[in-house]
Amino acid sequence: MRITLRVWRQKNADAKGKMEKYKLDDVDEDMSFLEMLDVLNEKLILQGEDPVSFDHDCREGICGSCAMVINGTPHGPQKNTTTCQLHMRHFKDGDTIDVEPWRARAFPVIKDLVTDRSAFDQIIQAGGYVSVNTGSAPEAHATPVDKVSADDAFDAATCIGCGACVAACPNGSSMLFTAAKVTHLGLLPQGQPERQTRAISMLAKQDELDFGGCTNVGACAEVCPKGIPLASISRLNHDVLGATLAGARAD
Amino acid sequence: MVLTQQRNIVTRTWGSSVGKKFVMAVTGVIFLLYVIAHMIGNLKIFFGQETFDAYSEHLRTLGAEIFGYEGVLWIIRVVLLASVVLHMAAAFSLWYKAKRARPVGYQHKGHQGSYAARTMRWGGVIIALFVIWHILDLTLGTVNPDPAGGAYAKLVASFDRPIVAIFYIVAMVALSFHISHGLWSGIQTLGGNSAVKQHALKSFSIVVGVVIAVGFAIIPVSVMFGLVR
Ligand code: HEM
Ligand code: SF4
Ligand code: FES
Repeated sequence: MRITLRVWRQKNADAKGKMEKYKLDDVDEDMSFLEMLDVLNEKLILQGEDPVSFDHDCREGICGSCAMVINGTPHGPQKNTTTCQLHMRHFKDGDTIDVEPWRARAFPVIKDLVTDRSAFDQIIQAGGYVSVNTGSAPEAHATPVDKVSADDAFDAATCIGCGACVAACPNGSSMLFTAAKVTHLGLLPQGQPERQTRAISMLAKQDELDFGGCTNVGACAEVCPKGIPLASISRLNHDVLGATLAGARAD
Repeated sequence: MVLTQQRNIVTRTWGSSVGKKFVMAVTGVIFLLYVIAHMIGNLKIFFGQETFDAYSEHLRTLGAEIFGYEGVLWIIRVVLLASVVLHMAAAFSLWYKAKRARPVGYQHKGHQGSYAARTMRWGGVIIALFVIWHILDLTLGTVNPDPAGGAYAKLVASFDRPIVAIFYIVAMVALSFHISHGLWSGIQTLGGNSAVKQHALKSFSIVVGVVIAVGFAIIPVSVMFGLVR
């Protein structure tokens, strides 16, 4: 396959970036998108040019590193699929593909396609945990969990923190990410003690970090590689409403 | 967990992005109830001038023994005006926050999210401008060809101008989009959505939006085609 790439190149956080054009003549349709970028980078290195920086780690769709917006869609055209699991057969011979970093004030570009996503860690620190006493592990059957809650909590727990939801959202909101965590922990008995304070604390942190406010557009759920449902945001809202009326506070 | 009061409920609500959405959802419900009542009232136009003008007068004498002439109408006006102010303040605050959240945009623009969802802000501005025009036209009569006429006469005189009738119909299309997304969005904001119910709730909201738009738009259309004179 012959592919023309237009990739966002930016030397460092302060530099002004721009789209740069590259032509590849020998792309195999069985290559993953990242392998295609590896081929480009080998070529650039041989030519003595600076290779394109991009994040990647597991390359099997579970770490959430491979952040890039492909033709205007985070993680590209394939539903429920991370960039590393996207294959070139989903493109046509002769295609031009635009590749850009996540765009959000809370995710500043470090270099090329690499962004600093530590803002998500701060949201987790604000409430994405359960308090467990130290000591020997409790007996697994001591706390029963009904099947529906266990399944729904597990589905929410599949969020890999990739940030595609933020990248797609016209408001630049991290609501789907935060809602996935609140749903995951709030459905389980172990998560009940902090249920209300978790929702308002994580939301307050997200607001403070300059993520946008959610207006239920639904772009996040369309691009989420893990299929986190939009309705999880309703669960977050439900907990926030309860906490707001009750005046819950975290300290 | 200890539940203690933090700040007061007003700052607690207005201080978070979701709290602002609660305000938009509640004021949105007020608009929706008003618009439905207003639409049903307007349809009395098909029962003739006498019925319609009597209805307009009835709105003013409604509850007059307790609240005085136009008392109930003024209560409704004040509640609606306060709702508009709150609804718009929250909307502009979230609009500003969204602009701030993405200082650098994409070269290749994506199109995720429905058309109705993506046009809520400009659609809302169009509806607000329409409402201003609408009050000047049919309530105050300032921009009406028959300012001294009764409710029925003003309405017919206004829609006898094709441009005005078409403007009304366009505004109703904008309103229908606004409600189609807004009703579902409000339910989601108030915590009433779930993965199982979502499809049904979205469809219901679209039906409500379309029914309301058709219920309003049928009047200028009828005047244009001479069914209401
Ligand atoms: C084409 C459809 C519509 C028609 C034919 C219509 C007709 C009227 C009429 C005849 C009045 C004057 C009633 C009176 O003073 O006795 C009025 C007032 C009003 N209408 Fe509409 N209307 C329409 C759509 C809407 C919509 C969609 C909204 C809001 C979303 C709206 C909001 C208002 C408001 C705020 C007033 C002023 C109420 C007051 O202060 O007394 N109207 N309308
Ligand atoms: S909710 Fe989906 S898109 Fe957002 S961070 Fe989690 S996995 Fe990624
Ligand atoms: S590299 Fe780990 S999810 Fe793509």
